[in-house]
Amino acid sequence: MKATVYVTIKQNVLDPQGTAVQGALHTLGFSEVEKVRIGKYLEVELDTTDRAEAETRIKAMCEKLFANTVVEDFRFELEG
Amino acid sequence: MKFAVLVFPGSNCDIDCYKAVEDTIGQSVDYVWHTTTDLSAYDAILVPGGFSYGDYLRCGAIAQFANVMNEVKKAAEAGKYILGICNGFQILTEAGLLPGALIRNNGLKFVCQQEQLEVVNNNTAFTNQYSQGEMINIPIAHGEGNYYCDDATLAELKANNQIVFRYAGDTNPNGSIENIAGIRNKAGNVVGMMPHPERAVDQLMGSEDGKRMFTSILNAWREQHGAAVNG
Repeated sequence: MKATVYVTIKQNVLDPQGTAVQGALHTLGFSEVEKVRIGKYLEVELDTTDRAEAETRIKAMCEKLFANTVVEDFRFELEG
Repeated sequence: MKFAVLVFPGSNCDIDCYKAVEDTIGQSVDYVWHTTTDLSAYDAILVPGGFSYGDYLRCGAIAQFANVMNEVKKAAEAGKYILGICNGFQILTEAGLLPGALIRNNGLKFVCQQEQLEVVNNNTAFTNQYSQGEMINIPIAHGEGNYYCDDATLAELKANNQIVFRYAGDTNPNGSIENIAGIRNKAGNVVGMMPHPERAVDQLMGSEDGKRMFTSILNAWREQHGAAVNG
């Protein structure tokens, strides 16, 4: 089973990296860009076929390690 | 009094911390590797700066699960003195020993400079040799030192006098909320700070204002253990 995990900065937390990239896009002439937020994308291969179990385990991984829930949100998709 | 300086792969202020303990208070100090599973011999634990585990994933994210961190948690519960500096502060927040998080500086820069700090709380084991409100000169060097916590946590930090240091006046170098440079836990035995007191222990280094953090810890320990205070 494969999990795709997205970790994003909470909406109420500043993203200085996103703001800098937005500035660069404006410099490049992409003046329509109103906001950029940068997060993380993780691909995780799991040695299991039990979807419910995989969901529980991936959620635990997100809470423990992939995301710092003080400043980040996470979501994931499972396939296979 | 016995000090431990933790060493993770990628720590780079461990030697500075070790030397600072030797030079400022002359107490026993050991480097302790991150695989260690017993810290019971130590009275104080320094979590040094650097880039533990390369700062991979997030600063301190992987270090928080190193074997030694279970022992650091036990030591925190036992009331031992724990000081996290820079990456050490990031590790302590990731480990949940201190509230909040350190995010990227808001000014696009890794900042490496002397900073004026205000001692907001001198009633701690780490700051008892400063006066309340004293301005001290301690260097910073970080790219992710922007302290963030939610409103409820901030209110709690204030209510419990947990803010230990603030960047002075309007000199906030990284965007930290309320100019926060260092905080303590509720019990008061765990402190985390982005500035580096171990890099300010001699006038040759530009400032010796960091020295008193070490003399404070020794002073607090001696008071706690009824040992003679001889300067």
